[in-house]
Amino acid sequence: MAESDGVTEGYAHGSPTNAASDTPIISVRGVVNKFGRQVVHDGVDLDVYAGEVLGIVGGSGSGKSVLLRTMLGLHRPNAGEVLIQGKNITKMSNEELLAIKRRYGVTFQHGALFSSLTVAENIQLPIREYFDASEEVLRSLTELRLRMVGLPVAAAAKLPSQLSGGMVKRAALARALALDPDILFLDEPTAGLDPISAAAFDELICYLHRSLRLTIVMITHDLDTLISTCSRVAVLVDRKIVVDTLSGIMSNPHPWIQEYFHGPRARAAEAAVGAR
Amino acid sequence: MLLESERSGDELIVRLKGAWLIDNLAEIERALAGISGASAPLVVDFRAIEALDLSGAWLLHRWLVSLGERARVEGEPPAHFAFIEEVLHREPKERIAPPEGKLSLHDALAWIGRNSVDWAKQTRDSIGFFGRVTVNALRVLGSIKRLRLPSVTRHIYETGIQAIPIVSLIAFLISVIVAYLGAQQLRQFGAEIFTVDLVAIAVLREMSPLLTAIIVAGRSGSAFAAEIGVMRLNDEIDALQSIGVNYFEVLVLPRLAGLVIALPLLTIIADAMGLAGGALLSSILLDISLDQFLPRMQDALAPTTFWAGIIKTPVFAMLIALVGTYRGLQVRSSSRELGRLTTMAVVQSIFLVIFADAVFAVVFVELDF
Ligand SMILES: Nc1ncnc2c1ncn2[C@@H]1O[C@H](COP(=O)(O)OP(=O)(O)O)[C@@H](O)[C@H]1O
Ligand SMILES: [Mg+2]
Repeated sequence: MAESDGVTEGYAHGSPTNAASDTPIISVRGVVNKFGRQVVHDGVDLDVYAGEVLGIVGGSGSGKSVLLRTMLGLHRPNAGEVLIQGKNITKMSNEELLAIKRRYGVTFQHGALFSSLTVAENIQLPIREYFDASEEVLRSLTELRLRMVGLPVAAAAKLPSQLSGGMVKRAALARALALDPDILFLDEPTAGLDPISAAAFDELICYLHRSLRLTIVMITHDLDTLISTCSRVAVLVDRKIVVDTLSGIMSNPHPWIQEYFHGPRARAAEAAVGAR
Repeated sequence: MLLESERSGDELIVRLKGAWLIDNLAEIERALAGISGASAPLVVDFRAIEALDLSGAWLLHRWLVSLGERARVEGEPPAHFAFIEEVLHREPKERIAPPEGKLSLHDALAWIGRNSVDWAKQTRDSIGFFGRVTVNALRVLGSIKRLRLPSVTRHIYETGIQAIPIVSLIAFLISVIVAYLGAQQLRQFGAEIFTVDLVAIAVLREMSPLLTAIIVAGRSGSAFAAEIGVMRLNDEIDALQSIGVNYFEVLVLPRLAGLVIALPLLTIIADAMGLAGGALLSSILLDISLDQFLPRMQDALAPTTFWAGIIKTPVFAMLIALVGTYRGLQVRSSSRELGRLTTMAVVQSIFLVIFADAVFAVVFVELDF
């Protein structure tokens, strides 16, 4: 597996830094997505910089998941392009794509755990796919992933159908972390978690971001998460996107954004985070 | 190489270096296993590590813990260690147990016991299922409004009309084959004309009902099980129940009714195609023209022959629909189970169809039907 310089650097221990670099690692350019006559995106531009936590918000059905799938190359846009380190993903060779995906960790909105595999097997699947490792090492790595996301070790032997909704989310995150990724894409990771677990989850995200210098792209409806973790926020409104820092977004005059960030719910969240 | 070791006095100095990344899992494992064998106290030096990720740090941490007192750490431990310790201090300390290898007599007994209980439960459930279908069917017959006609029509279309091409083709070909083989044998006695009797009786009584049922079991039995199974996996059936909809009424009965209507009609088409195949082969190979074929066929057939075939088909249809929907409803948790139960639905419905056919054969002989 090729290790780009950036990757090795990112993993070096000792002096983790927080600074986002200048060139975007992923850029979305003029993306248009349509389903039949329904236009979901109409010219969306978005840059993801290394080392940042980018939150994506928007009403239900505004096309957040579709945007994420477009960035991941799972959905081909009707127009526009997705560039990874300056290269169009539709023009990449399979090997290049594989090398890039190897550095990705993704969780899907509904978990998407493999239903016929246990949680442990779900986590081990990507590791087995890429590397040779003894069962002992696999078990040990699985244990770390489980502990990181706060799942009891007893959950390892369970099938996804035997998990609660919140546990599914965490198991999915554990699988996304399996290959020590550089970039995490999370689709509503805290939806369905109780507030305490959600806060722990936010802390985990912060940790991953701070000490491992992970880049995180996160769809979320959770204002606490947004306020406590995200360095920039992208809002999908009216088939377009508005990207800014959190404070920049909050002063945006668009009515939906005003309602979202300044409704009673938002004020409570801010107060809570401020008090922390 | 991920480490080098050097003796100094009675201590072994282990200098870690290079990339301790998940990409090098196998090497990491080998390096750590190699050094653990040494009996001297170890001094571990982290300073030359170039890259370390969480997986590498975790394995290293594990290894150090397993050495316990024997190892001393030189230099600043990696930053990841702090996180790992924090994770380790959260709550329970248990490890993932390796799967148990050996089979004992106890396990064997437990296995037999579990399977017997499963088997008994299955039998009970299938009887229960049959009972519920009957009760619901009776209730629907009581007020025909409750029979979901659009749904029934859809199933007639999918299981019947869409199956016409394949059923016709197979009925035609099989009857050509039977006529051909029959003609070969009968020619030895100069009795080619009896090929007509053979084809007519075999097609109407046995072949077309049985073949059609088997094709439909493969096509629609599997579709029933898969459709309902996926609904189970998505909790759609729970959703139906919570809305207060009787899922027997929406899922099972329309399929049953649709198939009970479609299969006899399909069989009639298969009868026609089979006779056409026989007639075609007779006229080409045996010089029996259609003008001779038809009267001969009339003579050969008793008034009941056609009905002896058709009367079986609603029973076959019920078996296929019941087994398919039953297996679909049994799907509980995983996609693998869906595959297993779909396969089971097809295999069992084909078996039951053939078994029922054998029972019919015996009964018809006894009744002289
Ligand atoms: N595969 C698809 N086919 C048709 N429409 C789709 C498909 N995927 C998404 N959509 C539509 O696109 C819109 C955006 O969906 P999505 O991105 O899932 O919303 P959300 O922002 O809630 O994640 C929705 O209106 C949805 O109906
Ligand atoms: Mg979504």
